[in-house]
Amino acid sequence: MAEKNMVEAVRDAMSEEMERDPRVIVLGEDVANGGVFRATQGLLDEFGPDRCIDTPLAESAIVGVAIGASLNGVIPIAEIQFADFIHPAMDQIVSEAARLRYRSNGGWGCPITIRAPYGAGIHGGPYHSQSVEAIYGHVPGLKVVCVATPYDAKGLLKSAIRDPDPVLFLEHKRAYRLHRWDVPDEDYTIPIGEAEVKRDGKDISLITYGMMLHHALKAAETVEAEDGISAEVIDLRTISPLDKETILKSVEKTGKALVVYEDNLTGGFGAEVAAIIAQEAFDFLDGPVTRVASPDVPIAPYAGVLEEYVLPNPAKIASAIRDLAAY
Amino acid sequence: MVSVRESPGGLGLTGDQLMDMLYKMMLARAIGQRVRMLNRMGKVPFAVTGEGQEAAQVGTAYALAPGKDWVVPYYRDIGVVLVIGQTPRDLLLEALARGESVSSGGRNMPSHFSDPKLRIVSGAAVVATQIVHAVGTAFASKLRGLDEVSMVWFGDGATSEGDCHEAMNFAGIHGLPVVFVCEHNQYAISVPWTKQMAVENVSVRAQGYGFPGVTVDGNDVLAVYGSAREAVDRARRGEGPTFIEAKTYRLVPHTSDDDDRRYRSREEVEKWAKKDPIIRFQAYLQEHGLLDAKERDDLAMKVAEEVDAATEYAENAPLPDPESALKHVFAEEKGR
Repeated sequence: MAEKNMVEAVRDAMSEEMERDPRVIVLGEDVANGGVFRATQGLLDEFGPDRCIDTPLAESAIVGVAIGASLNGVIPIAEIQFADFIHPAMDQIVSEAARLRYRSNGGWGCPITIRAPYGAGIHGGPYHSQSVEAIYGHVPGLKVVCVATPYDAKGLLKSAIRDPDPVLFLEHKRAYRLHRWDVPDEDYTIPIGEAEVKRDGKDISLITYGMMLHHALKAAETVEAEDGISAEVIDLRTISPLDKETILKSVEKTGKALVVYEDNLTGGFGAEVAAIIAQEAFDFLDGPVTRVASPDVPIAPYAGVLEEYVLPNPAKIASAIRDLAAY
Repeated sequence: MVSVRESPGGLGLTGDQLMDMLYKMMLARAIGQRVRMLNRMGKVPFAVTGEGQEAAQVGTAYALAPGKDWVVPYYRDIGVVLVIGQTPRDLLLEALARGESVSSGGRNMPSHFSDPKLRIVSGAAVVATQIVHAVGTAFASKLRGLDEVSMVWFGDGATSEGDCHEAMNFAGIHGLPVVFVCEHNQYAISVPWTKQMAVENVSVRAQGYGFPGVTVDGNDVLAVYGSAREAVDRARRGEGPTFIEAKTYRLVPHTSDDDDRRYRSREEVEKWAKKDPIIRFQAYLQEHGLLDAKERDDLAMKVAEEVDAATEYAENAPLPDPESALKHVFAEEKGR
């Protein structure tokens, strides 16, 4: 066991999987040089230029080549440098990777992992801050993971690489170096599609993922100390397939659901979570299913004061908890 | 059927192979016509076929090793998949969206070929996306040290897409064993090639990616084969990609939902019908004493009978189980 930050955990997962399975390769922009976040640091030296491959600045080719290679016995990890740059590859992800198995009636599979740092809070402006999980979470045939802790990142990335289907693996970049937490040195996996209760509580359920997990945990501590409100915090970890059972079990216990997400409010993934709770836990609800999210402006303005104004934070979440708890 | 050992022109093809090429071209034509007819009879909701482009399809595919090389066709390539090993039955099952269709079991539109055993890669209707996949299969062949070649087909319309550029650039950088085949049929639905590109021959673009591009008469199956043979041999020797532009003509509307009278004259279509690649190849074989009128008619009869039999089989084959619509979203079939 050693203390690692999340970007180191991501790197370890790739290195260990490349060591374990010679079919695994990494390709993307600047990956041979270690990547802009250093997530591929050292992979070139460890595995050579045939397995850690710099590509041209061409996102559609990064994903499309990965798709083709995956049909021919290679297991590619494609890195998109920032989730904001993934849109040129959307056609390859949505029309091709996610649909290949279905449209060939199970004849072909597409075992690729697409990694992308996402999220705001680093003064990245509108093109280094986006949350793209709702767009891709809508797509059948694609799994979407959102990680924000070192332990989850390593275990879930290993599962993604071993998965027979395409996985979009979103790493919250604000969480990359936020903590140094214990991560086992040995091999372990965390199943895709399982949420985790990160904090037990009895009065209200906070359902969240990504960087908002950390803000929600802080807010939960605050309202516990100041208001005596006991908040449960669920980290979805996987957006698709979604772990409805864990969400519903918690809401059935607390009777109150606060869905917290960083993306814009309208059509964000939290809207789907809210709809599921409203439909399937209606009899247990003791207050309106409530969302805390960013306003509908392009995420996120560059200036610190603007970014802070837009993004949810522990204070905003704590305020929403108090309102809902008092309902 | 014929006794010569090699074709005139030194392409290394035997007489039997030449007759087989003609057979595959005629079969492709007849299947395309049949699918369109089934559409008019109300039995097939949609037809997209490639009558007129058979030489470009059969001539290129004939240079591959079926089952070993990677085949990434587009939605007109009935001739390609027949050469690689799909049967009239496979194609009619697919057109009629029957459950046992290997391509998609009734999920994809007709002519979206797929056959894992034959390494025919499933395609989308979005043009040019498949070009990148062929670069990916070729990249894997190179990384794995396998002497496989990938061949990908697309129309002139696809050359305008960004994916075409990204794919060719990637292939050039890594010197991949891939052959790009543009079946230049002169129209992207209704848009003539002059409004798609500012160059006479789109093959010149290959130079910008660091590999050879050739333009060939796409209605001359032997000329096409010669170019493809050379390109496949180059690729297999590890000498990198080739771009082949086969100039041809689609003799039929874009799809069963298109009326090509709105964008091209009947005179133009008639002019190209006189250059029909099948008639032309038959004349060539007759000139060289490899085919007589009776053999030609016998072959036409055989083709018709096979297409009839395939149609009958497919029409009687069961439709997909409606609940199967929920399957194969993911490997484990858990759904969401």
